[in-house]
Amino acid sequence: MAWTREQMAARAAQEIRDGFYVNLGIGIPTLVANYVPTGIDVRLHSENGMLGMGPFPLEGEEDPDLINAGKQTISELPETSFFSSADSFGMVRGGHIDLSILGAMQVAENGDLANWMIPGKMVKGMGGAMDLVAGVRRVVVVMEHEAKSEPKLLKECTLPLTGRGVASLVITDLAVFEIDKNSGRGMILRELAHGVALEEVREKTRASFVECL
Amino acid sequence: MQKVYSSAVESIAGLLADGMTIMSGGFGLCGIPSALIEAIQLSGVNGLTIISNNAGVDGAGLGLLLESRQISRMVSSYVGENKLFAQQYLAGELQIEFNPQGTLAERIRAGGAGIPAFFTKTGVGTSVAEGKEVRRFNGEEFVMETALFADVALIHAWKGDFEGNLVYRKTARNFNPMMATAAKTTVAEVECLVSTGSIDPDQIHTPGIFVSRIVHVPDPEKRIEQRTVRRLAEETV
Repeated sequence: MAWTREQMAARAAQEIRDGFYVNLGIGIPTLVANYVPTGIDVRLHSENGMLGMGPFPLEGEEDPDLINAGKQTISELPETSFFSSADSFGMVRGGHIDLSILGAMQVAENGDLANWMIPGKMVKGMGGAMDLVAGVRRVVVVMEHEAKSEPKLLKECTLPLTGRGVASLVITDLAVFEIDKNSGRGMILRELAHGVALEEVREKTRASFVECL
Repeated sequence: MQKVYSSAVESIAGLLADGMTIMSGGFGLCGIPSALIEAIQLSGVNGLTIISNNAGVDGAGLGLLLESRQISRMVSSYVGENKLFAQQYLAGELQIEFNPQGTLAERIRAGGAGIPAFFTKTGVGTSVAEGKEVRRFNGEEFVMETALFADVALIHAWKGDFEGNLVYRKTARNFNPMMATAAKTTVAEVECLVSTGSIDPDQIHTPGIFVSRIVHVPDPEKRIEQRTVRRLAEETV
Protein backbone atom coordinates (compact mmCIF):
# COMPACT_ATOMS: atom_id res chain seq x y z
CA MET A 1 0.00 0.00 0.00
CA ALA A 2 1.72 3.12 -1.22
CA TRP A 3 0.90 6.57 0.13
CA THR A 4 -1.86 8.55 -1.56
CA ARG A 5 -1.30 12.12 -2.74
CA GLU A 6 -2.92 13.33 0.48
CA GLN A 7 -0.68 11.13 2.64
CA MET A 8 2.39 12.39 0.79
CA ALA A 9 1.26 15.97 1.39
CA ALA A 10 0.65 15.21 5.08
CA ARG A 11 4.15 13.75 5.38
CA ALA A 12 5.66 16.82 3.71
CA ALA A 13 3.76 19.08 6.13
CA GLN A 14 5.75 17.54 8.98
CA GLU A 15 8.83 19.32 7.59
CA ILE A 16 7.29 22.69 8.46
CA ARG A 17 8.47 24.27 11.72
CA ASP A 18 6.80 26.99 13.73
CA GLY A 19 7.49 30.44 12.29
CA PHE A 20 8.63 29.17 8.89
CA TYR A 21 8.20 31.13 5.67
CA VAL A 22 7.28 28.46 3.11
CA ASN A 23 6.83 28.35 -0.65
CA LEU A 24 4.59 25.58 -2.00
CA GLY A 25 4.75 24.47 -5.63
CA ILE A 26 1.90 23.39 -7.88
CA GLY A 27 0.27 19.93 -7.59
CA ILE A 28 0.72 17.76 -4.49
CA PRO A 29 2.76 20.53 -2.76
CA THR A 30 -0.31 22.80 -2.85
CA LEU A 31 -2.17 20.20 -0.73
CA VAL A 32 0.47 20.53 2.00
CA ALA A 33 -1.28 23.70 3.26
CA ASN A 34 -4.21 21.50 4.37
CA TYR A 35 -1.99 19.42 6.68
CA VAL A 36 0.01 22.01 8.61
CA PRO A 37 0.04 20.60 12.18
CA THR A 38 -2.00 22.51 14.76
CA GLY A 39 0.05 24.89 16.86
CA ILE A 40 2.42 25.54 13.96
CA ASP A 41 2.28 29.10 12.67
CA VAL A 42 3.41 29.33 9.05
CA ARG A 43 3.51 32.08 6.43
CA LEU A 44 3.01 31.03 2.84
CA HIS A 45 4.98 32.86 0.15
CA SER A 46 3.62 33.21 -3.38
CA GLU A 47 6.38 34.22 -5.76
CA ASN A 48 4.20 36.55 -7.81
CA GLY A 49 4.42 39.00 -4.90
CA MET A 50 2.65 37.98 -1.69
CA LEU A 51 3.46 36.75 1.80
CA GLY A 52 0.76 35.45 4.11
CA MET A 53 -1.31 33.72 1.45
CA GLY A 54 -4.82 32.82 2.56
CA PRO A 55 -7.19 30.05 1.41
CA PHE A 56 -9.25 30.12 -1.80
CA PRO A 57 -11.88 32.88 -1.56
CA LEU A 58 -15.56 32.26 -0.92
CA GLU A 59 -17.71 32.24 -4.02
CA GLY A 60 -18.43 35.83 -5.05
CA GLU A 61 -15.30 37.13 -3.32
CA GLU A 62 -12.84 36.26 -6.11
CA ASP A 63 -10.61 39.21 -6.98
CA PRO A 64 -8.74 39.17 -10.32
CA ASP A 65 -6.00 41.26 -8.68
CA LEU A 66 -5.42 38.59 -6.03
CA ILE A 67 -3.94 35.37 -7.40
CA ASN A 68 -1.22 32.89 -6.48
CA ALA A 69 1.69 31.70 -8.62
CA GLY A 70 -0.59 29.06 -10.17
CA LYS A 71 -2.88 31.93 -11.30
CA GLN A 72 -5.62 30.68 -8.95
CA THR A 73 -7.79 33.15 -7.06
CA ILE A 74 -6.86 33.26 -3.38
CA SER A 75 -7.60 35.43 -0.34
CA GLU A 76 -5.58 37.62 2.01
CA LEU A 77 -5.06 37.38 5.78
CA PRO A 78 -4.44 40.06 8.43
CA GLU A 79 -0.67 39.42 8.14
CA THR A 80 -0.59 39.59 4.31
CA SER A 81 1.86 41.84 2.49
CA PHE A 82 2.23 42.53 -1.24
CA PHE A 83 5.42 43.44 -3.11
CA SER A 84 7.04 43.43 -6.55
CA SER A 85 8.47 40.35 -8.31
CA ALA A 86 11.99 41.75 -7.73
CA ASP A 87 11.39 41.94 -3.96
CA SER A 88 9.73 38.52 -4.03
CA PHE A 89 12.75 36.85 -5.62
CA GLY A 90 15.04 38.87 -3.40
CA MET A 91 13.40 36.98 -0.55
CA VAL A 92 13.99 33.71 -2.40
CA ARG A 93 17.54 34.33 -3.61
CA GLY A 94 18.57 36.02 -0.39
CA GLY A 95 17.79 32.91 1.65
CA HIS A 96 14.88 34.47 3.57
CA ILE A 97 12.46 31.66 2.70
CA ASP A 98 12.94 28.66 5.01
CA LEU A 99 11.39 25.87 3.00
CA SER A 100 10.35 25.11 -0.56
CA ILE A 101 8.17 22.07 -1.22
CA LEU A 102 7.92 21.22 -4.91
CA GLY A 103 7.39 18.48 -7.44
CA ALA A 104 10.04 16.98 -9.73
CA MET A 105 10.45 14.74 -12.76
CA GLN A 106 13.83 13.40 -11.61
CA VAL A 107 16.11 13.66 -8.57
CA ALA A 108 19.69 12.38 -8.52
CA GLU A 109 21.51 10.94 -5.52
CA ASN A 110 23.63 14.12 -5.21
CA GLY A 111 20.52 16.35 -4.97
CA ASP A 112 20.39 17.41 -8.63
CA LEU A 113 16.80 18.16 -9.56
CA ALA A 114 15.03 18.25 -12.94
CA ASN A 115 11.49 19.53 -13.28
CA TRP A 116 11.22 22.04 -16.11
CA MET A 117 11.76 20.54 -19.53
CA ILE A 118 11.63 17.36 -21.57
CA PRO A 119 13.75 17.64 -24.72
CA GLY A 120 11.65 17.25 -27.85
CA LYS A 121 8.48 18.44 -26.15
CA MET A 122 7.18 22.00 -26.23
CA VAL A 123 9.02 23.85 -23.48
CA LYS A 124 6.80 26.07 -21.36
CA GLY A 125 9.56 27.66 -19.30
CA MET A 126 10.98 27.29 -15.82
CA GLY A 127 8.95 30.05 -14.18
CA GLY A 128 10.35 30.56 -10.69
CA ALA A 129 11.56 26.98 -10.15
CA MET A 130 15.27 27.62 -10.76
CA ASP A 131 15.26 30.59 -8.40
CA LEU A 132 13.43 28.64 -5.68
CA VAL A 133 15.71 25.58 -5.72
CA ALA A 134 18.85 27.75 -5.79
CA GLY A 135 17.79 30.25 -3.16
CA VAL A 136 15.46 28.69 -0.59
CA ARG A 137 17.29 27.28 2.45
CA ARG A 138 15.81 23.78 2.29
CA VAL A 139 14.23 22.10 -0.72
CA VAL A 140 11.83 19.20 -0.16
CA VAL A 141 10.67 17.25 -3.22
CA VAL A 142 7.29 15.50 -3.25
CA MET A 143 6.75 13.20 -6.22
CA GLU A 144 5.63 9.77 -7.40
CA HIS A 145 8.40 7.21 -7.02
CA GLU A 146 8.16 6.27 -10.70
CA ALA A 147 6.78 7.84 -13.87
CA LYS A 148 5.04 5.20 -16.03
CA SER A 149 7.25 2.48 -14.49
CA GLU A 150 10.38 4.54 -15.12
CA PRO A 151 12.45 5.29 -12.02
CA LYS A 152 12.72 8.96 -11.05
CA LEU A 153 15.35 8.57 -8.31
CA LEU A 154 18.55 8.22 -10.30
CA LYS A 155 22.33 8.21 -10.08
CA GLU A 156 22.32 11.15 -12.49
CA CYS A 157 19.44 13.09 -13.99
CA THR A 158 18.94 12.51 -17.72
CA LEU A 159 16.68 15.54 -18.14
CA PRO A 160 18.00 19.14 -18.18
CA LEU A 161 18.58 20.32 -14.62
CA THR A 162 16.58 22.91 -12.72
CA GLY A 163 19.27 23.06 -10.05
CA ARG A 164 22.51 21.32 -9.15
CA GLY A 165 22.80 19.66 -5.73
CA VAL A 166 19.71 21.39 -4.35
CA ALA A 167 17.29 18.75 -2.99
CA SER A 168 17.56 17.87 0.73
CA LEU A 169 14.64 15.48 1.15
CA VAL A 170 12.53 13.45 -1.26
CA ILE A 171 9.08 12.18 -0.30
CA THR A 172 7.56 9.66 -2.71
CA ASP A 173 4.50 7.45 -2.51
CA LEU A 174 6.81 4.62 -1.34
CA ALA A 175 9.47 6.15 0.88
CA VAL A 176 11.31 9.14 2.32
CA PHE A 177 14.95 9.79 1.38
CA GLU A 178 17.36 12.27 2.86
CA ILE A 179 20.20 13.61 0.75
CA ASP A 180 23.46 14.52 2.44
CA LYS A 181 24.67 16.79 -0.35
CA ASN A 182 28.19 17.21 0.99
CA SER A 183 29.06 13.59 1.72
CA GLY A 184 28.72 12.27 -1.85
CA ARG A 185 27.49 8.99 -0.39
CA GLY A 186 24.13 8.95 -2.08
CA MET A 187 20.73 9.00 -0.46
CA ILE A 188 19.66 7.83 2.96
CA LEU A 189 16.42 5.86 3.14
CA ARG A 190 14.67 7.18 6.24
CA GLU A 191 11.10 5.86 6.04
CA LEU A 192 8.98 3.39 4.15
CA ALA A 193 5.34 4.15 3.41
CA HIS A 194 2.91 1.96 5.37
CA GLY A 195 3.00 -1.58 4.08
CA VAL A 196 5.72 -0.96 1.49
CA ALA A 197 8.52 -3.54 1.44
CA LEU A 198 12.16 -2.55 1.27
CA GLU A 199 12.51 -4.91 -1.72
CA GLU A 200 10.03 -2.87 -3.75
CA VAL A 201 11.90 0.37 -3.01
CA ARG A 202 15.23 -1.22 -3.96
CA GLU A 203 13.73 -2.46 -7.23
CA LYS A 204 12.30 0.92 -8.19
CA THR A 205 15.22 3.14 -7.20
CA ARG A 206 18.28 3.72 -9.41
CA ALA A 207 19.98 6.10 -6.99
CA SER A 208 22.31 4.42 -4.54
CA PHE A 209 21.14 4.67 -0.96
CA VAL A 210 21.92 3.43 2.50
CA GLU A 211 19.16 2.26 4.81
CA CYS A 212 18.73 4.13 8.04
CA LEU A 213 15.16 3.32 8.98
CA MET B 1 4.74 68.71 -17.69
CA GLN B 2 1.66 67.31 -19.40
CA LYS B 3 1.66 63.52 -18.95
CA VAL B 4 -2.01 62.66 -19.22
CA TYR B 5 -3.29 61.46 -22.61
CA SER B 6 -6.95 61.10 -23.50
CA SER B 7 -6.84 57.58 -24.93
CA ALA B 8 -4.62 54.51 -25.00
CA VAL B 9 -4.05 55.00 -28.75
CA GLU B 10 -2.91 58.60 -28.22
CA SER B 11 -0.73 57.63 -25.28
CA ILE B 12 1.53 55.48 -27.47
CA ALA B 13 1.41 57.67 -30.60
CA GLY B 14 4.84 58.58 -31.95
CA LEU B 15 6.67 56.03 -29.79
CA LEU B 16 6.51 52.95 -31.97
CA ALA B 17 8.80 51.52 -34.63
CA ASP B 18 9.09 48.07 -36.19
CA GLY B 19 11.62 45.81 -34.48
CA MET B 20 11.62 47.70 -31.18
CA THR B 21 11.72 46.22 -27.68
CA ILE B 22 8.68 46.61 -25.44
CA MET B 23 8.26 45.56 -21.80
CA SER B 24 4.77 44.60 -20.71
CA GLY B 25 3.84 44.27 -17.03
CA GLY B 26 1.74 41.57 -15.41
CA PHE B 27 1.80 38.00 -14.12
CA GLY B 28 -0.52 35.75 -16.10
CA LEU B 29 -3.44 38.07 -16.86
CA CYS B 30 -3.10 39.83 -13.49
CA GLY B 31 -1.91 43.43 -13.73
CA ILE B 32 -1.44 43.45 -17.50
CA PRO B 33 -1.80 46.71 -19.48
CA SER B 34 -4.76 45.44 -21.55
CA ALA B 35 -5.76 48.75 -23.11
CA LEU B 36 -2.20 49.59 -24.12
CA ILE B 37 -1.72 46.13 -25.65
CA GLU B 38 -4.89 46.69 -27.71
CA ALA B 39 -3.50 50.03 -28.82
CA ILE B 40 -0.26 48.33 -29.92
CA GLN B 41 -2.34 45.86 -31.91
CA LEU B 42 -4.22 48.71 -33.62
CA SER B 43 -0.95 50.46 -34.48
CA GLY B 44 0.14 47.51 -36.64
CA VAL B 45 3.79 47.82 -35.54
CA ASN B 46 5.59 44.52 -35.96
CA GLY B 47 8.78 42.52 -35.50
CA LEU B 48 8.56 43.31 -31.78
CA THR B 49 10.70 41.90 -29.01
CA ILE B 50 8.45 41.63 -25.97
CA ILE B 51 9.83 41.29 -22.45
CA SER B 52 7.05 39.92 -20.25
CA ASN B 53 6.86 37.17 -17.64
CA ASN B 54 4.14 35.39 -19.65
CA ALA B 55 2.64 35.62 -23.12
CA GLY B 56 -1.04 36.06 -22.23
CA VAL B 57 -3.63 33.47 -23.25
CA ASP B 58 -5.37 32.87 -26.56
CA GLY B 59 -7.49 35.96 -27.21
CA ALA B 60 -6.32 38.08 -24.27
CA GLY B 61 -3.29 40.06 -23.18
CA LEU B 62 -0.22 39.49 -25.34
CA GLY B 63 -2.18 36.69 -27.03
CA LEU B 64 -3.70 39.51 -29.12
CA LEU B 65 -0.29 40.49 -30.51
CA LEU B 66 0.47 36.85 -31.27
CA GLU B 67 -2.78 36.61 -33.24
CA SER B 68 -1.80 39.62 -35.31
CA ARG B 69 1.75 38.22 -35.68
CA GLN B 70 3.39 41.39 -34.39
CA ILE B 71 5.82 39.62 -32.05
CA SER B 72 9.01 38.04 -33.36
CA ARG B 73 10.78 37.39 -30.05
CA MET B 74 9.77 36.95 -26.42
CA VAL B 75 11.84 37.14 -23.24
CA SER B 76 9.75 35.34 -20.60
CA SER B 77 9.86 32.84 -17.75
CA TYR B 78 6.73 30.80 -18.54
CA VAL B 79 4.46 30.66 -21.58
CA GLY B 80 2.43 27.54 -20.86
CA GLU B 81 -1.06 28.99 -21.20
CA ASN B 82 -0.97 29.90 -24.86
CA LYS B 83 -1.63 27.46 -27.73
CA LEU B 84 -0.98 30.03 -30.45
CA PHE B 85 2.41 30.68 -28.90
CA ALA B 86 3.31 27.00 -29.22
CA GLN B 87 2.15 26.91 -32.85
CA GLN B 88 4.16 29.97 -33.89
CA TYR B 89 7.21 28.77 -31.98
CA LEU B 90 7.15 25.32 -33.58
CA ALA B 91 6.67 26.92 -37.01
CA GLY B 92 9.83 28.96 -36.44
CA GLU B 93 7.95 32.29 -36.60
CA LEU B 94 8.68 33.18 -33.01
CA GLN B 95 11.86 33.12 -30.95
CA ILE B 96 11.87 32.67 -27.20
CA GLU B 97 14.46 33.36 -24.57
CA PHE B 98 13.53 31.74 -21.26
CA ASN B 99 14.77 33.39 -18.08
CA PRO B 100 14.24 32.14 -14.54
CA GLN B 101 11.51 34.38 -13.14
CA GLY B 102 13.67 35.96 -10.43
CA THR B 103 16.50 36.50 -12.87
CA LEU B 104 14.09 38.19 -15.27
CA ALA B 105 12.80 40.47 -12.50
CA GLU B 106 16.32 41.35 -11.40
CA ARG B 107 17.59 41.95 -14.96
CA ILE B 108 14.80 44.50 -15.38
CA ARG B 109 15.43 46.06 -11.97
CA ALA B 110 19.15 46.31 -12.82
CA GLY B 111 18.37 47.91 -16.19
CA GLY B 112 16.33 50.61 -14.51
CA ALA B 113 18.95 51.21 -11.83
CA GLY B 114 21.93 51.59 -14.18
CA ILE B 115 23.55 48.30 -13.20
CA PRO B 116 24.85 46.57 -16.38
CA ALA B 117 25.14 43.06 -14.91
CA PHE B 118 24.99 41.07 -11.67
CA PHE B 119 25.85 37.61 -10.33
CA THR B 120 23.22 35.14 -9.14
CA LYS B 121 23.26 31.51 -8.04
CA THR B 122 20.02 30.85 -9.93
CA GLY B 123 20.71 28.57 -12.89
CA VAL B 124 24.27 27.57 -11.98
CA GLY B 125 24.95 24.11 -13.43
CA THR B 126 21.93 24.33 -15.78
CA SER B 127 21.44 25.28 -19.44
CA VAL B 128 20.68 28.84 -18.30
CA ALA B 129 24.35 29.33 -17.40
CA GLU B 130 25.70 28.09 -20.75
CA GLY B 131 27.95 30.66 -22.41
CA LYS B 132 27.83 32.99 -19.41
CA GLU B 133 30.61 33.98 -17.06
CA VAL B 134 30.64 31.98 -13.81
CA ARG B 135 32.57 33.34 -10.84
CA ARG B 136 33.13 32.16 -7.27
CA PHE B 137 32.21 34.34 -4.30
CA ASN B 138 32.64 33.02 -0.74
CA GLY B 139 33.25 29.52 -2.08
CA GLU B 140 30.02 29.36 -4.09
CA GLU B 141 29.49 29.64 -7.85
CA PHE B 142 27.42 32.43 -9.39
CA VAL B 143 26.46 33.15 -12.98
CA MET B 144 26.58 36.61 -14.55
CA GLU B 145 23.30 37.96 -15.92
CA THR B 146 23.01 41.21 -17.85
CA ALA B 147 20.51 44.03 -17.45
CA LEU B 148 17.44 44.53 -19.63
CA PHE B 149 16.30 47.89 -20.96
CA ALA B 150 13.47 48.55 -23.42
CA ASP B 151 12.38 51.26 -25.82
CA VAL B 152 8.92 51.38 -24.29
CA ALA B 153 7.43 49.94 -21.07
CA LEU B 154 3.68 49.35 -20.79
CA ILE B 155 2.43 49.43 -17.20
CA HIS B 156 -0.87 48.77 -15.47
CA ALA B 157 -1.46 50.53 -12.15
CA TRP B 158 -4.50 50.87 -9.95
CA LYS B 159 -4.13 54.56 -9.20
CA GLY B 160 -2.11 57.37 -10.70
CA ASP B 161 -1.96 61.14 -10.49
CA PHE B 162 -1.14 63.87 -13.05
CA GLU B 163 2.49 63.76 -11.92
CA GLY B 164 2.75 60.09 -12.97
CA ASN B 165 3.00 58.77 -9.41
CA LEU B 166 1.59 55.24 -9.33
CA VAL B 167 0.03 52.86 -6.82
CA TYR B 168 -0.54 49.18 -7.62
CA ARG B 169 -3.17 46.88 -6.14
CA LYS B 170 -2.51 43.49 -4.47
CA THR B 171 -0.73 40.91 -6.68
CA ALA B 172 -1.33 43.06 -9.78
CA ARG B 173 1.91 44.82 -8.81
CA ASN B 174 4.30 41.97 -9.88
CA PHE B 175 6.62 43.10 -12.72
CA ASN B 176 5.08 46.57 -13.18
CA PRO B 177 7.29 48.59 -10.78
CA MET B 178 10.61 47.37 -12.25
CA MET B 179 9.45 47.69 -15.84
CA ALA B 180 8.35 51.27 -15.20
CA THR B 181 12.00 52.11 -14.46
CA ALA B 182 13.63 50.21 -17.33
CA ALA B 183 12.57 51.87 -20.60
CA LYS B 184 13.25 55.04 -22.56
CA THR B 185 9.53 55.83 -22.39
CA THR B 186 7.11 54.41 -19.83
CA VAL B 187 3.40 54.54 -20.51
CA ALA B 188 1.02 53.69 -17.67
CA GLU B 189 -2.68 52.92 -17.82
CA VAL B 190 -4.44 53.60 -14.52
CA GLU B 191 -7.85 52.52 -13.26
CA CYS B 192 -8.24 55.65 -11.16
CA LEU B 193 -6.76 59.00 -12.24
CA VAL B 194 -6.62 61.33 -9.25
CA SER B 195 -5.49 64.91 -8.74
CA THR B 196 -1.86 65.50 -7.84
CA GLY B 197 -1.52 65.62 -4.08
CA SER B 198 -4.34 63.23 -3.31
CA ILE B 199 -2.08 60.17 -2.98
CA ASP B 200 -0.22 60.08 0.34
CA PRO B 201 3.45 60.52 -0.73
CA ASP B 202 4.41 57.75 1.69
CA GLN B 203 2.18 55.30 -0.18
CA ILE B 204 3.49 55.89 -3.73
CA HIS B 205 4.98 52.71 -5.26
CA THR B 206 6.40 54.21 -8.47
CA PRO B 207 7.49 57.87 -8.36
CA GLY B 208 6.44 59.99 -11.35
CA ILE B 209 10.00 60.44 -12.66
CA PHE B 210 9.72 56.96 -14.18
CA VAL B 211 6.42 57.61 -15.97
CA SER B 212 6.30 59.73 -19.15
CA ARG B 213 2.73 59.17 -20.22
CA ILE B 214 -0.42 58.18 -18.41
CA VAL B 215 -3.90 57.25 -19.59
CA HIS B 216 -7.08 56.75 -17.59
CA VAL B 217 -8.71 53.35 -18.27
CA PRO B 218 -11.65 53.08 -15.87
CA ASP B 219 -13.22 49.66 -15.25
CA PRO B 220 -10.86 47.57 -17.39
CA GLU B 221 -11.96 44.03 -18.14
CA LYS B 222 -10.02 41.76 -15.77
CA ARG B 223 -10.06 38.10 -16.62
CA ILE B 224 -9.45 35.33 -14.11
CA GLU B 225 -7.38 32.40 -15.44
CA GLN B 226 -8.12 29.87 -12.67
CA ARG B 227 -11.26 30.66 -10.69
CA THR B 228 -10.90 28.70 -7.45
CA VAL B 229 -13.23 29.04 -4.46
CA ARG B 230 -13.90 27.31 -1.16
CA ARG B 231 -17.31 26.44 0.21
CA LEU B 232 -18.62 28.15 3.31
CA ALA B 233 -19.01 24.74 5.01
CA GLU B 234 -15.23 24.33 5.00
CA GLU B 235 -15.03 27.40 7.23
CA THR B 236 -16.44 25.58 10.19
CA VAL B 237 -14.08 22.59 9.93
